[in-house]
This record gives sequence, C-alpha cells and structure tokens, in this order.
Amino acid sequence: MLFRIFFAVCILAWGAVVSAAPLKLEINQGVIEPVPFAVPAFVPETSGAEGMAQDLAQVVAADLLGTGLFREIPQSAFVGAITSFSSPVQFSDWKVVNAQVLISGAVSIEGSNITVKFRIYDVFAGNELGSGMRFSGQVSGWRRMAHKISDAVYSRITGEAGYFDSRIVFVSESGTKSARKKSLAIMDYDGANVQYLTNDNDLVLAPRFSPTGDRILYTSYETGFPRIYLLEVNGLRKRALQDQPGTMSFAPRFSPDGQSVVYSLERNGNTDLYEMNLASGQMRQLSNAPSIETAPSYSPDGTQIVFESDRSGTQQIYVMDRAGGTPKRISFGDGRYGTPVWSPRGDMIAFTKQNKGRFHIGVMRTDGSEERLLTASFLDEGPTWSPNGRVIMFTRETQGASGVARLYSVDVSGRNLKPVPTPGGGSDPAWSPLGR
Amino acid sequence: MKISLRAALIVSAIALAACAQKDGTDMGTGSDQFGTGGFENGGISSSALDPASTEYFAQTVGDRVLFPVDQSSLTADARLILDGQVAWLQRNGSYQIVIEGHADEQGTREYNVALGARRANAVKEYLVSQGVDASRLRTVSYGKERPISVCSSETCYSQNRRAVTALRGAGS
Repeated sequence: MLFRIFFAVCILAWGAVVSAAPLKLEINQGVIEPVPFAVPAFVPETSGAEGMAQDLAQVVAADLLGTGLFREIPQSAFVGAITSFSSPVQFSDWKVVNAQVLISGAVSIEGSNITVKFRIYDVFAGNELGSGMRFSGQVSGWRRMAHKISDAVYSRITGEAGYFDSRIVFVSESGTKSARKKSLAIMDYDGANVQYLTNDNDLVLAPRFSPTGDRILYTSYETGFPRIYLLEVNGLRKRALQDQPGTMSFAPRFSPDGQSVVYSLERNGNTDLYEMNLASGQMRQLSNAPSIETAPSYSPDGTQIVFESDRSGTQQIYVMDRAGGTPKRISFGDGRYGTPVWSPRGDMIAFTKQNKGRFHIGVMRTDGSEERLLTASFLDEGPTWSPNGRVIMFTRETQGASGVARLYSVDVSGRNLKPVPTPGGGSDPAWSPLGR
Repeated sequence: MKISLRAALIVSAIALAACAQKDGTDMGTGSDQFGTGGFENGGISSSALDPASTEYFAQTVGDRVLFPVDQSSLTADARLILDGQVAWLQRNGSYQIVIEGHADEQGTREYNVALGARRANAVKEYLVSQGVDASRLRTVSYGKERPISVCSSETCYSQNRRAVTALRGAGS
C-alpha cells in the first residue's frame, strides 16, 4: 500500500523532502488532497484539566488546518475515542473515519504548572510517527505547547520545520484614515496573546525582529522626525540609535548575526543605505547615489543585501554585496518593485509590485528569475516570511475614505490567502524566528 | 414654536455660510458681505486676519504646494506660492519652519517616506535660494501616513502629494 502523500504547493525546485516515515507529505509541485487528521480532545490526567484538554486539541487542529495542507476529521465523526494516553491505539477506529494522521495527547495541571504529552500516529501504517514528547511549564504557556505539538506534526509529516510556535510584531492601527493612530504590538502567529509595546501617541512604522527574537528595531516619530529605535521585548527597554542632526533614518533591519543594522538615512532630500554596528555605533555608507535607496534586507548568510532603488527612473530591486561593489538589478517585469525581503531559506526574494494601479505580493529567485505574483488588490505591501519560508504575511489596505489596513497571509504557492486576526487594524507585520 | 425653530435654522445656516467664507481665499480684506449686524448674538463675529498671524500665512499666503505623481520638482504654481512664502517669512523673521513632505497612498511605505523627503527638500532649497535663512528651516517626511483627503482617487491624491510649510513658534 502506498502511504506517500504528494502535496501541492507549486514551489519550484524546493528539494523533495526525503524521510523514512511512511506517511509523507511532499511539499512540491502539483496539487493533491490535504492530509486528513484527527485530534481528539487530550486526555485530562488531573481533575480540572478537562477544559484545557479540549483547548489544546483545538489549537493543534487550528494550526494544521490553517496551513491548507491538512484537513480535519471533525470530532463529531469519530467512532473511537482516546481515553488513556498509554493504551494502544485502535487504528481501525481511525481508519474508518479516514484519518491518516492521529494526534493523541494528555494534559495534567498542578497549581500553575502544566504538563502536556503527545504522540503522532500514521493510522494506515498502524504505527507511531517519531516518538512521543512531553512539555512542562507554566499554565500561561499552554498555547505555545500546543503550537510546538503542531510544529512536530508538521515537521514529521513534511520533513520541514514548522512555523506555529512563532510571533508577529506589527503596527496596530486605530482611528480614521485622516487621523490614524499607530502603536507597536506583538502577538502569537495566529493572533492570540496580543500585547502592546508602545502607546499610540507617536507614529511608528515597520518593526523588525532580531534573529533571536528578543529585540525589535522600528521607526518612530517621537521626536517629531523619523528615527530608529531598538526595543527589548522583555522589559520594553528602548534606545534610539545614534543619528545625525538634520537627517531622517528609517527602514531598519537586523543583520543575520544580530550585530548590525542596515537602514535608510535621508540627508538633504536624498536617501541612501547605511549599516551601523549596534555595539560601537560605527556607521558605514553602503550606497551613494542621488536616487532613493531604501527597504534593505540581508541574505540569510549575511553576505548580500537586497534593496529597492529608483536609479533607473522607477522603483526596482537590486542586490549588492554587503562588502560593496556595483548593485545588480534583478527586477525587470512591468511596473514598479519595492520592499524586497530575502527568504530564510535564502533561495527567494519576496516583494511588493505595483502595476496598472494594482498592488501585488510576489516572489522571485534571487537572480530575478521565476517571478510569481501571489496576490492582487487595491493595496498589498510589505511581505514578511514565516520562519520556514513557506508562508508570507503582509499588509492589505482597502480603498476609499473608510479604508482599513489588515494583516493577511498567503502560501508561497499563492494558495491559502486569509486574514490574520488582530484587535483593530494592522500593518507592517514581521515574523519572528521559530520558537521565539 | 415653529417660527422660532425656523429662525434658529436660518441663523445657523447663515452662520455656516459665514464659516465657509472664513476659509475662503479673500479673507483679510475686512469686508463683510453678510451684513452681520443683528447676528452678533448668534456668536458670529468677523474681523480681518492679522497679516502676521499663522492663520494668514496658511490661508492667504498659502502654506502648501502640490506635486505631480511621483515627482518632487516644483511646478510654476508652486513657485508662485513659495515666492509669497518667502516674502512673508522675511517679514516675520521670528518663526522657525518645518517643511513637511507628504505622498499619496499609491506607493510603498518606505519609498513614500523617501519621496516626501525629496519634496520637502525641494521646497527648502527654493526658500533658501530666495533668501530665507537656512538655519530657520528643517524638513520632515510623513510619507503616506498623514493624508488630508481620504478618497482613493486622483482628486484626493493630488491634495495629498504636498509639502506644507509649518510654522513652529516664534523663535525670538
């Protein structure tokens, strides 16, 4: 019997994933059915854990379902039940409802501590996928534990890292279009646990995570002029990066080693790229042209920088060596290209494209080939990659006087476009590394 | 009851008209075509704007210039307005000035910040070239973050592609 499941995602040349596990979802070209899974309520092993047992199962189900790669067999269809975490699984009960993956779990709560265990089964092979795992910690961290379970399911079935135990920092928006209020906020990737990092007194733009997820760079107008700030997520200690009088600085991004920042600095109306060492404050000018150079992003190995420039007359995307040298233009299609972001895998660049009055989020190879547009709307912009490089989140703004910005996500395949829940409006998302 | 309600409506209608007139371009002449006598009790008063006031600068001289799509060069109309600003700023030398550059929403965020900076700088350079002391001037760009007209069509976009000469308190 064949248990291999080929799954679709139309990502060219992302190497086929090879794994010994019989149940296998190949994220590759072509479209096949999503993998059906069953997540029964976890087994409550202490009294009072019944609610949590159901909540954990629901978060895991929502994570998997949200990928578009899996299909949930609803609990109402189940003919069997998991009543004991350690008892053997009756695979026939799950085969009959067509679940190919079964996730069983157990939870115990003692005081403010929670322990969660889980196992993943390949129903048709009748065996366990990988070995069971156990997480312990504060009850308040229960959602993270559920996301870690989902990451384990995802990675054991696809052979790739997941992205569920991750966070988003973004600009939370309120107020009318002509009196917009903005503040920084952080939340789980699925919109849970929103926390505000700044008040909305000052305009803030485009936060970016450090490679370790514990610091955030962003632009604020708190002095009346745009300036870059470095914020520690825990404790919210912040400092302004050194700047020069009469200039504006914006569009910062961390280097992959977290020690430097690449950003735009405007002087006398002209915007160029600079790099600053965070420890020493030493600056290095990376571009020197009368054109606009902005929205820089490092390659994951830190040797190159992709950015946008209008040196050709319109916004286009260029790649240059971090050490210096002549930038190479990589975007040549119709329209204008901006906000390039290097994928965490290093093989692709996501961007915003404007053409014929429409905005698109797209991806291309790092040499500009194989351009594919993933979205189209009145205004889509500012892509950010999931830590595994499979999903892109971005800002979509609706048109007109009542226009509102919201966060959306889409697979790099162009499938599974959907809004990301935020309490109000939202823009400028940045995805954290996995596990942060 | 009916009559007094109608009278109140008329008074407020005239008050609205007077307010509208206040935003017009011919303020400061001191003329009062509405014959306000008798309406003073409605809270309406009228007087010429002080030519040294920031309101006069904003409304009569004109505190902003507009730009074509994705451009930062000054049009002939813009230069006329800026010439008026130069004359006023020379007469009222105590104001510090921040020139705010803006863009319409048709563009990505970072690019629009850079574009607004170009626009603000174009105004700054012109004012300095015409004799305004550069030490009084600073520029800032808001990109597309502060639209004043909110529809998503050219009638609004053209108003948002602007550089505003904002007076920041008398420095003397």
